[in-house]
Amino acid sequence: MPEISNFTMNFGPQHPSAHGVLRLVLELDGEVIERADPHIGLLHRATEKLAEHKTFLQNLPYMDRLDYVSMMCNEHAYCRAVEGLLGIEIPQRAQYIRTLFDEITRVLNHLLWLGAYALDVGAMSVFLYCFREREDLMDVYEAVSGARMHAAYYRPGGVYRDLPAQMPQYEASPYRDAKRLEELNANRGGSVLDFIEDFTRRFPGYVDEYETLLTDNRIWKQRTVGIGVVAPERAIALGFTGPMLRASGVAWDLRRTQPYAAYADLDFEIPLGKEGDCYDRYLVRVAEMRESNKIIAQCVDWLRKNPGPVMVDDYKVAPPPREEMKTSMEALIHHFKLFSEGMIVPAGEIYAAVEAPKGEFGIYLLSDGANKPYRMKIRAPGFSHLAAMDEMAKGHMIADVVAILATMDIVFGEIDR
Amino acid sequence: MLFFAQIVAMFVTLLVLLGIAGFLVFAERRVLGLLQNRLGPNRLGPLGVGQALADALKLLCKEDFVPPFASGLLYRTAPILVAFSALAGFAVLPLAPGISWAGDWEIGLLLILALSSLHVYGVFLGGWSSNNKFALYGAIRAVAQLISYELPMGLALLALVLLAGSLALQGLGAAGQPVPLIVYQPLGFLIFFIAGIAETQRLPFDLAEAESELVAGYHTEYGGMRFGYFFLGEYLGLVLIAALISLLYLGAWSGPWLPGWLWMLLKTGFVIGIFFWLRASLPRPRYDQLLHWGWNALLPLAILNLLLTAIAAALWGTL
Repeated sequence: MPEISNFTMNFGPQHPSAHGVLRLVLELDGEVIERADPHIGLLHRATEKLAEHKTFLQNLPYMDRLDYVSMMCNEHAYCRAVEGLLGIEIPQRAQYIRTLFDEITRVLNHLLWLGAYALDVGAMSVFLYCFREREDLMDVYEAVSGARMHAAYYRPGGVYRDLPAQMPQYEASPYRDAKRLEELNANRGGSVLDFIEDFTRRFPGYVDEYETLLTDNRIWKQRTVGIGVVAPERAIALGFTGPMLRASGVAWDLRRTQPYAAYADLDFEIPLGKEGDCYDRYLVRVAEMRESNKIIAQCVDWLRKNPGPVMVDDYKVAPPPREEMKTSMEALIHHFKLFSEGMIVPAGEIYAAVEAPKGEFGIYLLSDGANKPYRMKIRAPGFSHLAAMDEMAKGHMIADVVAILATMDIVFGEIDR
Repeated sequence: MLFFAQIVAMFVTLLVLLGIAGFLVFAERRVLGLLQNRLGPNRLGPLGVGQALADALKLLCKEDFVPPFASGLLYRTAPILVAFSALAGFAVLPLAPGISWAGDWEIGLLLILALSSLHVYGVFLGGWSSNNKFALYGAIRAVAQLISYELPMGLALLALVLLAGSLALQGLGAAGQPVPLIVYQPLGFLIFFIAGIAETQRLPFDLAEAESELVAGYHTEYGGMRFGYFFLGEYLGLVLIAALISLLYLGAWSGPWLPGWLWMLLKTGFVIGIFFWLRASLPRPRYDQLLHWGWNALLPLAILNLLLTAIAAALWGTL
């Protein structure tokens, strides 16, 4: 009699819910998972090695492309590392702008996560509702940096420029009539801060909408409660961070435990879960969106009242203003040196981390005193989460693997780097 | 002469049905767009109706491809079986008294149940002959799901037959005059409605082709018009179930002012709209939960419904 063996299935890399390019080798007994073996590396772009050949400023845009759903948080970690090595303090207003955009990024990330998660579990509408709100925040990204995703807005020494006084408006087009145009531009009359403030007022209502569709939905609960449970001790041992860790009930958030930027001055809660299952991870992230919204509102308030510089006044790090370059030879030389040779960072090593939406995103920089990093190591939160795939999925069914994978908030840009 | 006229008329009916299926694909995309805060296809023709035609044309023009690892004969037969079983059901479906190809055939309901069982074969053979692991899983799920939901569906209908004393669809429709049968059979209606969605494999129950789990389920390896047949079968099945619901439970052709057949169509359209709505809002249960629900909740309820109907019929007589 032939021996009965388990069914081996290649889940991805081309699979609708592989979240990019995950190749998951599943060993199945019927529909039950015996072993889940994630294979990574299909999106490897050698960012860490590339960084050794670029100046400190040229490296910055690569950070956007790591976790391409939480762009500015990655930039933040990198800027903090470079600033730490340079030993400079950035202006208070820049700190607040960074805090503001870190939280906007968190909302952006969690919205995409929520949409993708709901889609993976089968609720298709939530995805499109989430994208409606993402659009507004993407517009904010575009207004300050010119790019919707890969912003390169944070720079070592502050941020690229102050918030614009005018929110860009939609233009007339043959595809929309005057009434529609007016609707689209209704909240874009004022500054970027006005637009963000308007968003913070609308956003809790939107979150209520998603929760109406999901939170108490019986099918949703059947699919998420008790799936992929991680005990707090295991979560710590596996190196979990961010919502994955907090859903297991461990109160660890870098914004609170090691405050950076302006977080020490702001009032916000750290939502915690109890069970550590997919449902708790969902609740924690939704609660985080609401908290982020509060932080955004506080930052907007502070930024309105406190004008000031957003970049350090050191021409070895930040470019001199345009006008000065027209009249001052020294400024012109500074500008040329900064954008050709780059900034010289003193020898030393540093690890700087931020609480990115997915968890602790860290940059370890080693400088030998040149204009390029000697070595850069990226600590991606998703990497350690994905490593727990086997442990979390064992004994569950195929459909649960999809749910577990989605609740990890996997983005391959940062895992494969 | 009459014979040829009938053949031509049947052919026209067939074309109309295919047109309806194509139009429904478009209508669903538009309705989902409406519910999801986006536009849906709106470029081709008035409101984008031309999209239905363009999609059909595209499918027809695709290469006729059979994967080398597939079992050729079964792979070719399966989609035809699915499309046939969906189309044949319309032969017995009356739009109004007298408007039906099979006339007042006394086993109309039985034929529809038999055809929906045949549909399972198409789906299973399609998934199995593709020789693809995802397709196989889809096929297994489809069979398990269709069998477990056919039982409560049959039992719900049995209660109806008991009440109306007829297996003919026209007779059942007539039993719903002037009071729609949903009044006598509210539980039976719910059971039939849920089992009907499961039977058409639409979103809360689309496990056999769960996109996020099994890529495209049983038709993963299919392309071109063979895939089109599966699609056709699915949407025609949807129309058939919606038409059955309105015929059996919602009072069929009864309604003021408008002609009977129009009422029937309107009611069917309304039920289809509800199907679209459900698809837009509900997540998908897990395979084992679905079966658990079918066997442990729906089946006992259907038996209870049948029992209560039988007792009521014994006490107060049938319609």
